[in-house]
Amino acid sequence: MIYLDNNATTAVAPEVLEEMLPFLKEQYANPSGMYTFAAEVGRKVGEARERVAALLGAHPDEIVFTSCGTESDNTALRAAVWSNPDRLGVVTTRVEHPAVKNLCEHLEHVGHPVSFLPVDGAGRLDLVQVRAAMTRSVAVSSVMWANNETGTVFPVAEIGALAHEAGVVFHTDAVQVVGKIPIDLAGLPIDMLSLSGHKLHAPKGIGALYVRKGSKFSSFLIGGHQERGRRGGTENVPAIVALGKACEIAADSIERERSRVRRLRDRLESALLERIPNARVNGDVENRLPNTTNIAFEFVEGEAILLMLNEEGICASSGSACTSGSLEPSHVLRAMGVPFTAAHGSVRFSFSAYNTDADVDRVIAVLPGIIARLREMSPFWAEQTCKMPA
Amino acid sequence: MWDYTDKVKDHFLNPRNVGEVENADGVGEVGSLACGDALRLTFKLDDVGRIADIKFKTFGCGSAIASSSALTEMVKGKTLAEAAKITNQDIADYLGGLPKEKMHCSVMGREALGKAIAYYRGDLEPEPEGTLVCDCFGVTDKEIERAVLENNLKTVEEVTDYTKAGGGCGRCHEQIQAILDKVGTECMVEALAPETAAQPKLTTLQKIHLIEDTLEREIRPSLQKDGGDIELIDVDGDLVLVELRGVCSTCAAAQVTLKGYVETKLRELIAPELVVEEVTA
Ligand SMILES: Cc1ncc(COP(=O)(O)O)c(C=O)c1O
Repeated sequence: MIYLDNNATTAVAPEVLEEMLPFLKEQYANPSGMYTFAAEVGRKVGEARERVAALLGAHPDEIVFTSCGTESDNTALRAAVWSNPDRLGVVTTRVEHPAVKNLCEHLEHVGHPVSFLPVDGAGRLDLVQVRAAMTRSVAVSSVMWANNETGTVFPVAEIGALAHEAGVVFHTDAVQVVGKIPIDLAGLPIDMLSLSGHKLHAPKGIGALYVRKGSKFSSFLIGGHQERGRRGGTENVPAIVALGKACEIAADSIERERSRVRRLRDRLESALLERIPNARVNGDVENRLPNTTNIAFEFVEGEAILLMLNEEGICASSGSACTSGSLEPSHVLRAMGVPFTAAHGSVRFSFSAYNTDADVDRVIAVLPGIIARLREMSPFWAEQTCKMPA
Repeated sequence: MWDYTDKVKDHFLNPRNVGEVENADGVGEVGSLACGDALRLTFKLDDVGRIADIKFKTFGCGSAIASSSALTEMVKGKTLAEAAKITNQDIADYLGGLPKEKMHCSVMGREALGKAIAYYRGDLEPEPEGTLVCDCFGVTDKEIERAVLENNLKTVEEVTDYTKAGGGCGRCHEQIQAILDKVGTECMVEALAPETAAQPKLTTLQKIHLIEDTLEREIRPSLQKDGGDIELIDVDGDLVLVELRGVCSTCAAAQVTLKGYVETKLRELIAPELVVEEVTA
């Protein structure tokens, strides 16, 4: 199998699995216990917190473990709204992951005015519009660091600075960034940041929220004193330990892996564009995650492409309507104004450190044939070729 | 991933009759690039008026291609009168079933065939097109009515699964509901007319069951979408006592929800004399 859907989720690294196993077996103590058995577990949770903080350039006290990226996003936005009751507004973008998008739509529904900032054809925000949206009536702004579908990276340092000029809390969903590009929060105007373990080779169901020291905070999960009262619920110790290990590995390998992965991605992208006519890249190619490419193949439909890739043992994903069970193509591609001719036939390939040159070769070998076959079947393709000069 | 039958996979991976029949007797086209699927059917008849050759070109997902392929196999050798009898359900059955969200693929096949036959008969604009209900996917009231009747559809969601109507911006949901109501009452008049008159009054137990069922299936999901909830506390004659939960309990519009939505729905679906009241904890 060739797995090129790492923005959806990643394989658990063998070192990560090994590190977490004792905490699923003999080291089962609740870290709150008043005995050595518990203290050892507690120490390991503390070590994981340090490792996560180190990858982010943060202080361990600024890390709150959560159950997933979605919980981190919910916690951040609700905390900012609840602890700034004199401001109602929310600023976000049209291309957020549903964890932020649907949450903001919900906030709008219950009375918060929300600005959903538009993006241009390459998926970029206009900083003039960002500045205009950040007013003294806005409580919180949330802009993803990088988009999960196209890999487009947003200038969060500039956006955070604009937020702070107006006294607006700035949160960023960095779920797709952590472990892929280096982060140093020490010098950045970011108040809260979400991450999710399963995107960087830790298991599913573990996330973290960075909360800058001194930020106003209010718990989303109210309960016990865990996470220094910021998130109730007995710690998911094995997953926390796993996330710590995954962050440690990422910190050690990020520089090396990012250029290797970038080279694989670029090779795939240019070979496909060269071999397949009427194909284009979606997103901002100048500012993009090193592991992601989203390519639109005109006049064919994404689900059909994925099913044929699947027959070849290749896993990728699509922003096409049919794959999601909804009837419209992805909100991200629509926000970018990608024409329908292309949006329905968009395929995302996302790499991880486990991908190889052989994977790329295989996709290059089979995909042009798949697209040609589907175009043969498409009533629009013949029309298109007739219109084109010979 | 969709749970496609082996037959669907086979017709997708090895589609039969792809292409375009030359000098076709009939040509039918439905769908568009914007819609995400489209189908062009062409056929030729033999001397005795049977479909001798039929080919398709489809832009769309796996089940759209499979439905087109299946349709061409099904109608080969048939007269136009026989072919015209094929329903979308027949296409789905031939494939061993389709996921319900994909039923519109089979509807597209049936529509294209209908158009191709109309083309042959010189009836370029087959049956009145009706008026546009869903702008996003270009679906008319006639098309919705037909799908509702043929497949016994009951909810807006089902209409979307079968015709795509209402799957975009959602602004036409009320109109779709109106069509459902209209078709529903017409059918009732036809099918149930003799019975309704003699329908016995509900027993209290039946009424409670119906109320519970309606709350569970119709009302709670839509309240929960907005972070609210409702619970049935008691039924006393025609008085239905409920408690609002979640954001509904503190929502200023709670009374509106209760009378304008919950009560209206229960009256409409169960008995017109029902009265809904909130019990406060
Ligand atoms: C940008 C982004 N935010 C949030 C999430 C949600 O993370 P999780 O699956 O851990 O809830 C994802 C994952 O799909 C994502 O890509």
